[in-house]
Amino acid sequence: MSARLLRIRGLVQGVGFRPYVWQLAGELGLAGWVRNDGAGVTIAVDGEKLPEFLARLPQEIPALARVDGIDNDACDEALAPGFIIRDSLSGVLATAIGPDAAICPACIADICDPASRRWRYPFTTCTHCGPRYTVSAGLPYDRVRTSLAAFPLCPACAAEYADPADRRFHAETTCCPDCGPRLHLLDASGAAVDGDPLAKTVELLQNGAIVAIKGLGGFHLACAADNAQAVAELRRRKQREAKPFAVMGLNAASLAAQARIGAAELALLRSPAAPIVLCAKGNSELAEVAPGLSRLGVMLPATPLHLLLWHEAAGRPAGTGWLTQASPLLLVMTSANPHGEPLVIDNDEAHERLAGIADAFLEHDRGIVVRCDDSVLRAGPHFIRRARGYVPLPVALADDGPPVLALGAYLKNTVCVVRGREAFLSQHVGSLDNAASIAFLEETVGHLLAILDCRPALIAHDLHPDYPSTQLALRLAGELGVPALAVAHHHAHIAAICAEHAVNEPIIGLALDGVGLGPDGGAWGGELLRVDGADCRRLGHLRLLALPGGDRAAREPWRMAVAALHAGGQGHRIGDWLQRTWPQRDAGPLLTMLARRLRCPPTSSLGRWFDAVAGLLGVCAVARYEGEAAMALEGLAAGHGPVDPLPGGYQLAGGELDLSPLLPTLLDCRDPAYGAALFHATLSAGLAEWALFAVDREKLAKIAIAGGCAMNALLVDALQAHLAEAGVELLQARQVPPNDGGLALGQAWVARRAQEQGVNA
Amino acid sequence: LAHGSGGRAMAQLIDELFARHLGNEYLGQGDDGAVLPLPGEGRLVMATDAHVVSPLFFPGGDIGCLSVHGTVNDVAVMGARPLYLAASFILEEGFPLGDLARIVQSMAAAASAAGVPVVTGDTKVVERGKGDGVFITTTGVGIVPPGRELSGRRARPGDVILVSGTLGDHGMAIMAERESLGFDSPIISDTAALHGLIETLLVSGADLRVLRDPTRGGLATTLNEIARQSGVGMMLQEKALPVKPAVNAACELLGLDPLYVANEGKLVAICGEKDAEMLLSVMRAHPLGQAAAIIGQVVADDHHFVQMTTAFGGRRMVDWLSGEQLPRIC
Ligand SMILES: [Fe+3]
Ligand SMILES: [Mg+2]
Ligand SMILES: [Zn+2]
Ligand SMILES: [Zn+2]
Repeated sequence: MSARLLRIRGLVQGVGFRPYVWQLAGELGLAGWVRNDGAGVTIAVDGEKLPEFLARLPQEIPALARVDGIDNDACDEALAPGFIIRDSLSGVLATAIGPDAAICPACIADICDPASRRWRYPFTTCTHCGPRYTVSAGLPYDRVRTSLAAFPLCPACAAEYADPADRRFHAETTCCPDCGPRLHLLDASGAAVDGDPLAKTVELLQNGAIVAIKGLGGFHLACAADNAQAVAELRRRKQREAKPFAVMGLNAASLAAQARIGAAELALLRSPAAPIVLCAKGNSELAEVAPGLSRLGVMLPATPLHLLLWHEAAGRPAGTGWLTQASPLLLVMTSANPHGEPLVIDNDEAHERLAGIADAFLEHDRGIVVRCDDSVLRAGPHFIRRARGYVPLPVALADDGPPVLALGAYLKNTVCVVRGREAFLSQHVGSLDNAASIAFLEETVGHLLAILDCRPALIAHDLHPDYPSTQLALRLAGELGVPALAVAHHHAHIAAICAEHAVNEPIIGLALDGVGLGPDGGAWGGELLRVDGADCRRLGHLRLLALPGGDRAAREPWRMAVAALHAGGQGHRIGDWLQRTWPQRDAGPLLTMLARRLRCPPTSSLGRWFDAVAGLLGVCAVARYEGEAAMALEGLAAGHGPVDPLPGGYQLAGGELDLSPLLPTLLDCRDPAYGAALFHATLSAGLAEWALFAVDREKLAKIAIAGGCAMNALLVDALQAHLAEAGVELLQARQVPPNDGGLALGQAWVARRAQEQGVNA
Repeated sequence: LAHGSGGRAMAQLIDELFARHLGNEYLGQGDDGAVLPLPGEGRLVMATDAHVVSPLFFPGGDIGCLSVHGTVNDVAVMGARPLYLAASFILEEGFPLGDLARIVQSMAAAASAAGVPVVTGDTKVVERGKGDGVFITTTGVGIVPPGRELSGRRARPGDVILVSGTLGDHGMAIMAERESLGFDSPIISDTAALHGLIETLLVSGADLRVLRDPTRGGLATTLNEIARQSGVGMMLQEKALPVKPAVNAACELLGLDPLYVANEGKLVAICGEKDAEMLLSVMRAHPLGQAAAIIGQVVADDHHFVQMTTAFGGRRMVDWLSGEQLPRIC
């Protein structure tokens, strides 16, 4: 075989790919060179064992690398003996910045080795691990453009950086105690606390204090998870009444009593992304941590800093044997984002915004460039929130097309940039109900476009005129002189599934959601759609319910219960039911509103049906956080176990699915868990029949499910089982959340398809 | 009333009604327009407002006095002394003459209390079903004395924002009456002519930048307009917003935000920081400003956002809505 020129595409820069190639070529005694360039990595290689090289190259790549393709051409350059790493071609951009990755086993060994110069050093990284996205200001991915630029390498680190045989060869964020960032512990007043910061922090936490800890993408607020008083105090100070907290424990064994961690959960927990994973609660419940829910979010220490807290608690053991033993230290780790504003990332900002919340601040001088919350997943994998560890990895698309920017929704906002055959969904931005989040949205758009070196040709947004994301889209379109395209909310939900699954043919969509604006100006949310690229037809919807008081009804499930009973012909039973279930509430004024259709916009939302049933069964009158009623209902149903659907519990007529036949049974039901299970069973049977009717009529083969209600595992699994019986495939969100957190992907996909189909923006 | 019927007889009836209640030397001229003396020097301010309200009679007022107050206030917030009003009526065929008489009397009382005569007018009758009882358009003129500079473009960072009283009274009074909501304590419209209050503010010597009456769209819309015009942001304090408990309860029931509910007798004033307390006491000393409050401050903001510090210490946007508040919780 003669010399080959290999061009490798994918995530191959900043992940130790060149030294990997260098080592493999050296081991096989090959000649040639490797270098980074604008397309990825290029290799010129020749020698006897070339076939073995070609076979092993894609097989043994570094942990964080991803190879999307290899072009293999003849090489006409004469290759000198020996294999070298060449300098990067100047003037070309590195192709991509990778996501942040959990500390690797080799770095763990370093920090646990008393003989290592990185013993107990909380900023230890190498090419296989550590911060990337959150410390990078722009392209190319180089130390000077990261927040490590402020820390020039010491001779020892510089030597490692320059040595291809070292795993810190070109590790842009490498450092050591001599040259790198330092840890400080400050008290509530901002004064330095004497002593070892890690030791003091552990002591504070064990004594019930609340400590703000600077993480990868922002500060956390931490407290001992098994100290109910500390957790209650954190709730009080953060003014977070009931929304669940996640818990960090050293390993699965440490969390076994609190969470059922199966193989799939463990694989996610230990992946380089190191997300929060929702697990079924175990036998022992941590008071105040996730009240009223059936799941608990858990995570493992993924940064050297976090890991060293447990190392400290274990008495600073040498070696790594302690890592497999259970540790009693369990910490609540919640994002430091007071009042739903974006995460705190700067030290000064922490002292200002967390004043009165944190008793102490464990912080350091490695700057966070990009805010990024923890990701949250359920085994499957199913994304609840996609952020640290996954962003900016792209979703691969089936087709090429013009660059598009999509601005997303109002709650759980994310934005999406589509470039070539890749869709880059931003980290979770949050609810755009405050100016700081809107500023974060603008910042995220700017940063994403910058690191992707992209200028959009088209900007997509939601139909809702009052979403700040819509307003920003229109402003940016004006500034860039490009068209803006409004995409209906539920069209975009289904389109996000089409984008992920490379669906190019028409598909039936079940968009099951809270409320989003439909093309007719109505409050949609329980939709049976036929989506064909930029074309979306409504085949049916849930029977309309009034929203008494508009969005107020979304916060008060008891209102939805009254609205459902009123609409379902059970108005005469409202008085009795209310007296028995929510005696403090007066239905009178609400009934006047319903009778006069005053401030009662009609909605087809399924999410509001969940609220109605939760209100009806006495589970929740007023939600303390978004989605509480639906999550509580799902938890109750899961706890109860499967039941048969209620015969005649739903009605299908003219494309409309009506759930009100369930109401009399639910009214008579004295066991909320049974009622919740019955609702889930009947609903999934009804949805299946509804969707199958559409599949049949439209002669299509697949159904996509999306929207906030698609987060409900019980509902989706039951629906999938029904559809599988009929031989119909159900496509679900896998790489992005099915709720509004994935909406921007769908908007961008529709915009692309609209351009192809010549739909006017 | 009958459309097209009766001709001269009906016209006479209406003329007599107007003459009896609204009559003055200018209206009495009987020409196509009124010829008016122009007192003093200054610049002329002119404003017009069409009044459409359902129900026509509501606690605290009716369309008659409302049509006087609305236009007097529009002239007065420009810093002008209102001088004259013109009124034009569109009546629906069949509208009870007795109701019309009540409306005209109320209008006359309001005009006379305000000291601003109706000097010319017109009446048309449209077919049954083509109108909602009665629509009244009023036009007012006034004089701004030299040296007074009030404009929505003059708010500066650091300035202080005041309101002259409780928010949302008019809008909720109308809704409660129209929908027979029957609240325990009735909500009364705040409809009132503000030129007296405005005059006391103007002569107080306070460094006034902007005056506005937050009518349709409420305080939120008015402040967003000013923020945009002046190129500034605003930060309100939720705890400082004066809202009557009954209005608050009605808003909670209906899922409305009192910041977006109409007022017809309230004033927003923006003034230099050092004069804020003085202006507040001047406001509170006036019968129409007893519940006045400092509600926030003008801030520098390239986005021209109006924000509010909530009772819990968070901050939320006080959006400029495109229209009705559409549901958006997904
Ligand atoms: Fe949605
Ligand atoms: Mg007006
Ligand atoms: Zn490492
Ligand atoms: Zn060093």
